[in-house]
Amino acid sequence: MVAKKSGRNRGGGGGGTAAATEVSVEELARVPLQAILLADSFATKFRPITLERPKVLLPLVNVPMIDYTLAWLESAGVEEVFVFCCAHAKQVVEHLENSQWFAQPNFSVTAIESNNAVGAGDALRLIYEQNVIRGDFVLVSGDTVSNMSLAEALGEHKERRRKDSNAIMTMVITQSKTSPTTRQSRLGTDELFMAIDPDTKQLLYYEDKSDKGTVSLDKTLLSDHPSIYLHNDKQDCYIDICSPEVLSTFADNFDYQHLRRHFLKGLLDDDIMGYKIFTHEIQSNYAARIDNFRSYDTVSKDIIQRWTYPLVPDVQFFGNSSAKLDRQGMYRASVVGQSRSAQVGPFTVIGSGTTIGSQSQISNSVVGEGCKIGANVSIEGCYIWHNVTIEDGCQLKHAIVCDGVVIKSGVILEPGVVLSYKVVVGQQFIVPAYSKVSLYQQPIKQDSDEELEYADSSSGFMDASSLSGLPDKLKEESTIQLSESQLQAASEVGSGGVGFIWSTSEGSHEEEWRHSVAPIPAAKLLEIMHTSNNELEVVQQDGNLPPSGELERDSVTANSNDYDDDDVDVKDDYEFFENEVEATFKRALEENIKEDDVILEVNSLRLSYNLATADCSGALFYSMMKSALSAPHPSPSDLVKNAATVITKWKKLLKYYLPSIDEEVGLLISSSDPDEIEVILKFEEMCLESAKEYSTVFVQILHLLYDKDIIQEEAILNWASEKEGADETDKLFVKQAEKFTQWLNEASEEED
Amino acid sequence: MDFQVVVLAGGFSKTLVPLVSKEVPKALLPVANRPVLSYVLELLEQNNLKDLIVVVESESAALLIGGWISSAYVDRLHVEVAAVPEEIGTAGALRAIDHHLTASDILVVSGDLVCDVPPGVVAATHRRHDAVVTAMLCSNPVSGSTESGSSGVKDKAKKRYNIIGLDPTKQFLLHVAAGVEVEKDVRVQKSILRAVGQMDIRADLMDAHMYAFKRSVLQEVLNQKEAFQSLRRDVLPYLVRSQLRSELLLNGVQSEENGNDKDASQNPKIVLSQLLANASTPSFHELQHALGPNGFSLSPRKTHKCCVYIASNSNYCVRLNTIQAFSDINRDVIGDASHLSGYSFSAQNNIIDPSAVLGSKTTVGPQCMLGEGSQMGDKCSVKKSVIGRHCRIGSNVKIVNSIVMNHVTIGDGCSIQGSVVCSNVQLLERVVLKDCQVGAGFVVIAGSEHKGESLAKKEK
Repeated sequence: MVAKKSGRNRGGGGGGTAAATEVSVEELARVPLQAILLADSFATKFRPITLERPKVLLPLVNVPMIDYTLAWLESAGVEEVFVFCCAHAKQVVEHLENSQWFAQPNFSVTAIESNNAVGAGDALRLIYEQNVIRGDFVLVSGDTVSNMSLAEALGEHKERRRKDSNAIMTMVITQSKTSPTTRQSRLGTDELFMAIDPDTKQLLYYEDKSDKGTVSLDKTLLSDHPSIYLHNDKQDCYIDICSPEVLSTFADNFDYQHLRRHFLKGLLDDDIMGYKIFTHEIQSNYAARIDNFRSYDTVSKDIIQRWTYPLVPDVQFFGNSSAKLDRQGMYRASVVGQSRSAQVGPFTVIGSGTTIGSQSQISNSVVGEGCKIGANVSIEGCYIWHNVTIEDGCQLKHAIVCDGVVIKSGVILEPGVVLSYKVVVGQQFIVPAYSKVSLYQQPIKQDSDEELEYADSSSGFMDASSLSGLPDKLKEESTIQLSESQLQAASEVGSGGVGFIWSTSEGSHEEEWRHSVAPIPAAKLLEIMHTSNNELEVVQQDGNLPPSGELERDSVTANSNDYDDDDVDVKDDYEFFENEVEATFKRALEENIKEDDVILEVNSLRLSYNLATADCSGALFYSMMKSALSAPHPSPSDLVKNAATVITKWKKLLKYYLPSIDEEVGLLISSSDPDEIEVILKFEEMCLESAKEYSTVFVQILHLLYDKDIIQEEAILNWASEKEGADETDKLFVKQAEKFTQWLNEASEEED
Repeated sequence: MDFQVVVLAGGFSKTLVPLVSKEVPKALLPVANRPVLSYVLELLEQNNLKDLIVVVESESAALLIGGWISSAYVDRLHVEVAAVPEEIGTAGALRAIDHHLTASDILVVSGDLVCDVPPGVVAATHRRHDAVVTAMLCSNPVSGSTESGSSGVKDKAKKRYNIIGLDPTKQFLLHVAAGVEVEKDVRVQKSILRAVGQMDIRADLMDAHMYAFKRSVLQEVLNQKEAFQSLRRDVLPYLVRSQLRSELLLNGVQSEENGNDKDASQNPKIVLSQLLANASTPSFHELQHALGPNGFSLSPRKTHKCCVYIASNSNYCVRLNTIQAFSDINRDVIGDASHLSGYSFSAQNNIIDPSAVLGSKTTVGPQCMLGEGSQMGDKCSVKKSVIGRHCRIGSNVKIVNSIVMNHVTIGDGCSIQGSVVCSNVQLLERVVLKDCQVGAGFVVIAGSEHKGESLAKKEK
């Protein structure tokens, strides 16, 4: 269902009168607080689970993630939420209906569906088109767990807006020091470097992905801000308070997809619009986004340890059934069949209807509803969802086990294992660490660049296929596929098991430990410490440090090096330019484009490459001769004919770039135009290098050019005299043309 | 022999021509009729730092300065004047006097510093943290006096400042950019940022060129890095940059710290859990240190500390390294920062030597100074200016915002505004000077008008 609200016109159409603005201000004040909830993270980090279910519906301590977000938004005073669904949109809408979020008084939830959004940018553009956002709004994704009060941040945002209409966004951040060794936060996200003005809290720099050893702040920043705090100890909560301009910015920049990598960077780099982004740091409240399996683990533990109060298992908020809190953070639903000899350790949640067999031990884990856990089972640090059957004697460590999974007796799950929906693991099978098992086969890698671009490159899976398209396709095939591949699948997860073990894509395997639910093994930590130590050494030795005074003395030589670099660039530029001109000319030939249009195109090329008109004439001539060359020419004379036709046809084009005689006389330039010499030189160069065929007919072509008034005699004579001092090899063509120049000389003398 | 003090007095600075001449090296330029060097020496004396080495570029300057010091401080200070060749830079100067350095810590002060920040607090900060270097920072001078090295590039008069990175407690120096780098983008090492979590990047602080160094470290760096010329632009950035991966052989200086860490290091689990919990340790240096010898068979990572002392805004701290700064300091010392001058002011808030003679209807306004034996004719007016000793000033002379040094003769009807007139200058009648500098011994002919010029005798 695509819900549309009859949106009022925003801002009242920009009337300039004082009355109109007053009205709009008043209107802004009356607007109920709105929120956009993105129920799609546009990432693939939770695969293979997300092939069957949208991430926002995955249970977090037995409650779907989206319910945490919605419950928080409701309690924070948001009155209208637009839930943007893309992948598995139907499931999301179904959930919202079943859990009656649609039927809340004073809290309206509207679903907006789309099938083809590939990023947050598309989502926001769609919402912008629907014209439903009327004032400041909260932008969150559906995997956010928070208990912060929005009032303070919102107040700050509105206050800033009143003073400066360019302050369009306030980002919520919180204190969280990334580990200097693993360089990731406790949520498993990459280290983040931010520069913030300590007085105004304006965000000046944001970098979450870079291998560079230094943070580079633009020099102009310091002239505007006398003091800047560079942070490596803050975490982005992905809760943004935005003004409507944010949506229109997305609409204006159709290539923005990622909220941080594109939008934020674009705003920080671009000073044309002058938009500013500010930060709001929360001190005592909780806010975190579930970005990967590690943050799933971390946030779950935070919930159990009640950092997210009131969003905890024993408080009835939306969508959870009540559980009783025992000592040491043990939550137990009312109906749990627990054997007397079973031990349930601290910080564990057991859902209702679950039975636990004798001598089983569970600690630091979450067990969902209706699970059957056999005897002598040990579960540590696991997330067991609903209706899971675990037979006797299994050992599970730091694993995620989805709904309906059957784990036969004696199975061992090594740390970091993810078992997707309805997987069956055969008897006595040992599932290796960090493996992901699903009923679906791993999608074959497709090089759809879009996905590659927007998917997180550090995620375990880079399989690029559209998140939204795939599941439906798979569903149709699944029945056949399952029966067909049953045998093969069985072998992958032990006898009697069903499921495919996904291979992690090449290269990213080593990074698997980063985002897994399992804690980082000590051996790994040591290894990283070693490498980071060594890295430090390398960096120091490299001397690719901020150059300090010691390098200053070399500034002269450094400058000359710079100059060389520039030179290379120019050459490269020219080559590109030449190629483009050639392509343009070719197209002109094929499509019979008018000269004026070609001139227009070449001019714009010239401007974009910042070259002189002389370069244009050279490049154009080059492409003409090339095209003449490409036409069939059995003998040299045919080649001359070819060239003649091309040149006659496009004479006007060349002449445009070679100022006419009258002008030249008018300007009293005694020496001939350098542009024309450029053409001759270009031709000479061609004969020597790229198009040797011309070398035999050099003089003929030269004559042709002279006859067609493209090149004047002064130019030819000047060229000849210029070449006089050159090497013998260079003089090859001058000699060829000797007769011609002689004739020209005589002719000009006669004229005089 | 706690701290040894090295005063870098410079030589005949080229930026200060025509103020500086063969007779007057930079250190002897008068600030409120006292050589500028006396401000540093007296500041050190007040802090009981009486064992000094004054390093002077060129022998002739050393003779002049040595002569002055021995006459002025004969019984008060134990001063050794060392002459070094010109153009070897501050680091080079220290290298040249290497064998004189014996104390465990060295305080290096620039001889052109006019400030009231006690060096004792810098030394105390240095000792407290057992730092390898402690630098004093002060706010950028307001008047736009430029910050440029005593040894390096002095061609550009454009405003320069340091870019400084500090830890959140504002005790440690984490990043420093000086010289040409401040005009470029700021590039901060991530490794340091990772260790400390938060860095305060400041552009409003100036390196006052007062440093405390650990002697062993200073000597090691100077010996190993022979290319280093300047303390401010080479040595300090090097030490700051390498602080988490020290290449210094600290000669067992930190052995004590190592001992302290051993308790924690015995138990790798504690360290590991700290790591996992991102526990914040009191100092990032220690965290790095604790990581080292914790039984993981990691080679201990050596660190060293670079500290700062930031002078408060109420302190006065300016270096005399440009003509603009010279005028500013002279104005301030008899004006806003009058406590530095050491003189007692009259009820009119000025200082007129009893031996000075004023003609009738001549007025000397507040924030002025008139040196001993100077004479002024009738109907003169002096505002916000310093006039030196034994000057002869005619009638109807106006002197505003200017500095007139010793033995200057000014004819009738002259007007001097915003200018510096050096010793032994003769201004004939009706000379008008505005924003000029007149070099020593120059004669300005009668009735001439000059604006924004630098007048000096041609060097032979």
